[in-house]
Amino acid sequence: MDVGIVSYGAYVPRYRIVPEEIGRIWGVDGKAMGKGLYINQKSVPSPDEDVVTIATEAARNMMDRVPSVEAGDIGAVYIGSESHPYAVKPTSAIVAEAIRATPVMTAADLEFACKAGTAAMQICMGLVGSGMIRYGVAIGADTSQGAPGDALEYSASAGGASYLIGSENVIAKLNKTLSFTTDTPDFWRREGQLYPSHGGRFTGEPAYFRHITSAANMMLTAMDTKPEDYTYAVFHQPNGKFPTRVAGQLGFEPKQIERGLLTPEIGNTYSGAVPLGLASVLDVSKPGDRILVVSYGSGAGSDAFDITVTDSMKDYRKEKAPTVEELLADPIYLDYGTYAKYKGKIAMQE
Amino acid sequence: MRDVAIIGIGVTKFGELWNDSFRSIGIEAGLRAIADSKLAGNEIDGIFIGNLSAGRFINQQHIDALIADYSGMATNHIPAVRVEAGGASGGVAFRQGVMAVASGMHDIVLVGGAEKMTDLDDPAINSVVDATADAEWEASMGLTFASLYAMIAQRMIHEGTATREEIASFAVNSHAHGALNPNAQFRKAITLDTVLRSGKVADPLGVFDCAPISDGAAAVVLCPLEEAKKHTDSYVKVSAVEQGSDTLALFQRPDITSFGATVAVAKRAYETAGISPVDVNVAEVHDNYTVSGILALQDLGFYRKGEAGKAVLDGEVTLGGGKLAVNTSGGLKARGHPIGATGIAQIVEIAEQLRGSAGKRQVDNPKYGLAQSVGGTGSAVTVSIMEAI
Amino acid sequence: MATVAKEWREIPGRYNLEGSKCPCCKKIYFPKRGLCPKCRRESMGKMEDYNLCREGEVYTYSIIHEAPECNGKLKPYAVALVKTKDEILIATQLADVNLDEVRIGMPVRAVLRKLDSDGPSGVIHYGFKFVPIR
Repeated sequence: MDVGIVSYGAYVPRYRIVPEEIGRIWGVDGKAMGKGLYINQKSVPSPDEDVVTIATEAARNMMDRVPSVEAGDIGAVYIGSESHPYAVKPTSAIVAEAIRATPVMTAADLEFACKAGTAAMQICMGLVGSGMIRYGVAIGADTSQGAPGDALEYSASAGGASYLIGSENVIAKLNKTLSFTTDTPDFWRREGQLYPSHGGRFTGEPAYFRHITSAANMMLTAMDTKPEDYTYAVFHQPNGKFPTRVAGQLGFEPKQIERGLLTPEIGNTYSGAVPLGLASVLDVSKPGDRILVVSYGSGAGSDAFDITVTDSMKDYRKEKAPTVEELLADPIYLDYGTYAKYKGKIAMQE
Repeated sequence: MRDVAIIGIGVTKFGELWNDSFRSIGIEAGLRAIADSKLAGNEIDGIFIGNLSAGRFINQQHIDALIADYSGMATNHIPAVRVEAGGASGGVAFRQGVMAVASGMHDIVLVGGAEKMTDLDDPAINSVVDATADAEWEASMGLTFASLYAMIAQRMIHEGTATREEIASFAVNSHAHGALNPNAQFRKAITLDTVLRSGKVADPLGVFDCAPISDGAAAVVLCPLEEAKKHTDSYVKVSAVEQGSDTLALFQRPDITSFGATVAVAKRAYETAGISPVDVNVAEVHDNYTVSGILALQDLGFYRKGEAGKAVLDGEVTLGGGKLAVNTSGGLKARGHPIGATGIAQIVEIAEQLRGSAGKRQVDNPKYGLAQSVGGTGSAVTVSIMEAI
Repeated sequence: MATVAKEWREIPGRYNLEGSKCPCCKKIYFPKRGLCPKCRRESMGKMEDYNLCREGEVYTYSIIHEAPECNGKLKPYAVALVKTKDEILIATQLADVNLDEVRIGMPVRAVLRKLDSDGPSGVIHYGFKFVPIR
C-alpha cells in the first residue's frame, strides 16, 4: 500500500521578539547576532500557550482539512517535543482528547531533541504500513527555552505542525524513510535543569553536518536520485545559516530550500522546525513535486524522507485551515520585559 | 395567613471592623433590634440569619447555632436557620422570617444578616464572591464577578439603554446619601468625575462603580401585625415579600440588559401589596455595582427601559430631587456591603423612613417603601414592600 | 485543593464545547444538562451530546484589570459572552487580541489554552478561549 501524508496542519504563536531587543538588555549588538545567525525575529508563546495548546491547534487545522476523516478512526497519536508540559503525563493523550480521537487508540510522547516530530512520523508510517492502524497522527511542537543572555536566547522559539499519516487519499507519498543515529553529545539538558547546555562549536561539523549529510546521502543512494531531482528540500534549521550551508554541501540550490526555511522569520521551533518547514512547502506544492526532508536531533540523529506529492493534492481542502504564510502574517511584537514575563523568566512570589 | 409587622430594628456600623469578630458583630445588631422592640429577648421563638459564606470567610459553618448561642437563646433551644442565596441572602432570610410569622408557626422571630469579610485577603475574598456566579462556566473560565456586571453595562451602552455617565451617576447618588448616614462605611459625597476617573476594575466599571468589601450586621424583629401595639408604638407593616430565581449563569439569559427575576418578583410584590410602582416613596435597591442600580430602577418599574439612567444623572432619585428617593442609606456603595447583612440593612432603612426616624435622611411623609435584594447576576431576587402605619 | 476529578469531569465541555441537545424539542444547551428545562421528564436520560460550533461573534465584553492570581501574567485581558454560530451564548476569555480593537460583533473562534494549574506540581487545566478570526 502507499503510505503517506493524508493531511497536515501548522500553528505558530503570534508574538515575536527581535534580536536587537534581546541584545539591548544584555549589552550585545543584537542586530549583528541576528545577522550572524540569519534570524530576523523569533516566535514567543503567550503565557496561556504550551506544547499541548500548540499541538492541538496544529492538529485541529489538520483535521479541518479532511472533513471526511472520522477522528475515531485515528489509531495512534505521537507527539515529539523537548518542552512537554509534564515530565510524566503524555501531551499526546491530552491532544488526542482535544481532537476527539480517544479512547480506542494508542499514544505516547517522544523526545529526541529537534527530530522528535519526524521520529513520530516514522512510527506512524510503520503502524499504518503494517496494517496495525488506519490513521496515525504525528506532531512535532516545542516552546523551547534559551538561557537568559545565552546565544540560544536569540533563536529558541515556539511552534509546531501535525501530520495525518494513512494510506487513503494520500496527498504526499512517503516513498522511503532512512535514519542515521549515533551517541553524540552536542546539545543536552539534564532532568530538572531549566535550560539546555551545548558543546559550542562541536554542535557543527561532528553533529549537525555529519548526521544530515550522512542521512541525506544514504537516501540519495537508496533512491538513486540527485539533488536536482527534488523540487524542494527541507533541512533542520537551528538558525538560517546551517541549512543554507548543508544544502550547498549536498549540492542543492538556495531556491530549493527557500520555501521550507522558516527559521529566519520564526526562530528555531526545535521539534516543530522540520514539520513546519515541510508544511510550508506542501502549502505551495503541486502534484508530481518531489521533496527531500532531513531532520536533525541533537544527541544525535537525522531522519530522512523522500516524498512525492500526488494527484490527490488537487482535491485537498487546504483552504479550510490557515497556511504557514497566513499564520505568520500579522505578528505582535514584544519588548524584552514582556517576553521575560511570558516565558516565566522572572522570579515570581511563591 | 396573618399580616406581619416589624417591631424592632438594629444595625452595626459597616466598614472594616478590625476589632470585631463575626460573633460580636452578629450579636450587636440582634441585641439592638431586640432592645428597639422593647422585648426582653425570651419572647423570640425563632432566628433566621442571612449569611453568604462564614464557612469560607472565617472557616465557620453552623452559624445558626453560633448566633443562637451567643445571643443567649440557645438555652431556650429555639430553632435557628442560616440562609444563603448569594447577595440576596439577607432578603431571602427576611422572607423566611415573614413566612414563619405569617403562617402562624412562629409568633416572634429575629431576622438578621451578618458578614465578616475582612478576615481574608482581597484575592481570597474575591474568590468567594466569584463563586456566586457560575463557578464552573464563568469563574473557572477566568471571568470575575465584576466583569459579569461590566459586560451587562457594556451591552446596555451598546443598546442605548444608558450612557457610561448615567451608569456612573448611581454612585454619586449613593454617596450623597451615605454622607448623611452615621453608620455608613463612606460618609463623603463624590462627583461624577471621581467615578469616571477611578481605577479600572473591569471596563467600563471602575473602583467607584463597585460596592466595597465590608463587615457588618443588621437585624429586625417580626411579630403578627395585630400584636405589634402590645410591644411598641413604632412599627411598620410588611405588605409583601416576594422572591424569584433565575439561571445561575448570566449567559443563559435571553436578555442580559434586564433581570427577569426582578421584573417577575416586583410584579408579584406590587400585586400582593395592592400598589403600583408610582406609590413607592422610598426604595433601597441592590447597587453592588452602579449598573445594578440602573437595572433595578428599570426592572422594578420605576422608570421605562432607557430612562432610568437619565433620571439618576439628573438627581431625580436623590433626597429632595423627585417623588422617589433611592438608597437613602447610602446603598451598597456608600453604606457598605457585608453581603449577608445587606438585605436586612435595606429593610432597616425602609423601616426607619416609614417610622420617621431617619434623621437627616428622612423622606417627607413616606407611605410605602420597597427593598430589592439580588444574588449573583440576578439569579435570586427578593422584593419587599412595607407600609407606614 | 480540589481533587483532580472535579476538573477532569468537565473535559468534554472545556476542550470540545460539548453540551447537550434535547431529542424532543431539539434545543441546544451549554453546559451539559441532564434534562431539558422545557421538556423536563420527557427528556430525562435521553439528552444527546452535542458539540457547539467553534465559531461565533462577541455579544458583549469587558477588559479585566483586577484579575485573579492565575491570570496575573495576562492582565489586563478581555472576557466576553460569545454567541456561537448555533446561537448559543457562552462565557470565555479572548486571547491574542488587541484590547483596543475588541468590539461587539467581532468574529471569533475557539482555541485550546491553559486556564490555570493546581500550582507548580499540580495538574494543568486546559479549556477554551476565543481568538479573533483573521
